[in-house]
Amino acid sequence: MTELYYDLHIHSCLSPCGDDDMTPANIAGMAAVKGLDVIAVTDHNSCKNCPAVLAAAQEYGILAIPGMEINTSEEVHAVCLFEELKAAMDFDAYVYERLMAFPNKEEIFGRQLIYNKEDEICGTVPNLLINATDISFEGLWELVRGFGGVMFPAHVDKTANSLIANLGFIPPDSKFVTAEVKDLGKLHKVRKENPYLEGCRIISNSDAHYLEDIHEPQLRLQVRERSVRGVLEVLGM
Amino acid sequence: MTVEDLIGKGIFRVVAEGDDLSREITGIFCCDLLSVAMGRAPSNSAWVTVMGNVNTIAVATLADVSCVILAENAQPDEMCLARSRQQGVTLLATEEPVFEAALKVHQLLCG
Repeated sequence: MTELYYDLHIHSCLSPCGDDDMTPANIAGMAAVKGLDVIAVTDHNSCKNCPAVLAAAQEYGILAIPGMEINTSEEVHAVCLFEELKAAMDFDAYVYERLMAFPNKEEIFGRQLIYNKEDEICGTVPNLLINATDISFEGLWELVRGFGGVMFPAHVDKTANSLIANLGFIPPDSKFVTAEVKDLGKLHKVRKENPYLEGCRIISNSDAHYLEDIHEPQLRLQVRERSVRGVLEVLGM
Repeated sequence: MTVEDLIGKGIFRVVAEGDDLSREITGIFCCDLLSVAMGRAPSNSAWVTVMGNVNTIAVATLADVSCVILAENAQPDEMCLARSRQQGVTLLATEEPVFEAALKVHQLLCG
């Protein structure tokens, strides 16, 4: 067994609300400097910066898991992580087809920048990525498993875009086995009110939109091996 | 009724004053799903919601509403506050539920 310092919910400059300095290379570099072992860049409804993130992470000698923060039809945010980059990109295409076709207005929402492996801007995403998709939270676990990944509901303690706030409760037939809490100080209360979480592994990530908000190496995951699979196994794969 | 008039009634707490307090409020819109509000909130309306999220402000700007009223004592997060100042969107708040908050604005508009 080995222990990895993690931050599995980070936004790049592809998310309209993500800072333009959140380039794949900057994120990987900052994570390496801070001493994190594994990161996941999870942009809203998109994996299009994952190829560049994985390449940059390899350069810096840290692990990176391809991922996305999906916005379900109920506007519940959930982090989806994949073992294979190709599967993540297939999921990206699947989700983009089901995203509200509403053009991004850069001056209001921000830019949606795609970077290549050479750390250069190579494109933008035309439709606004923060919108809801027509994918329901119900069935999301199975959907992501079908792409060889795992899903966990994001920041369940927050009052906006969280499973508990938006649906009012955790559907008892849910399948997820990991849940993300933004403020661990609220964990006791949230758990008491939602006994489903007693059976979940609780993790906390930065949800960083700015470089300085990426987590310090404080929280660890105990994994069988230092690999993407090793991390995904403990999250429910 | 202008945004300034509404503020003057003292019904709602002022979280952030926008750039243009003289703009008219001509209607009311209630919705919490941003993806719905984005396409449906009428311009110049007072938008009542419990979503105190950064994207609430972006949608308010896009839809060109006159002000946002956070009901149910919903707390705007830091990024929401920063964005409302940056984009000059008036943000008001109340402990009242959505319907009661909207009804108060309606009574002022039709009274």
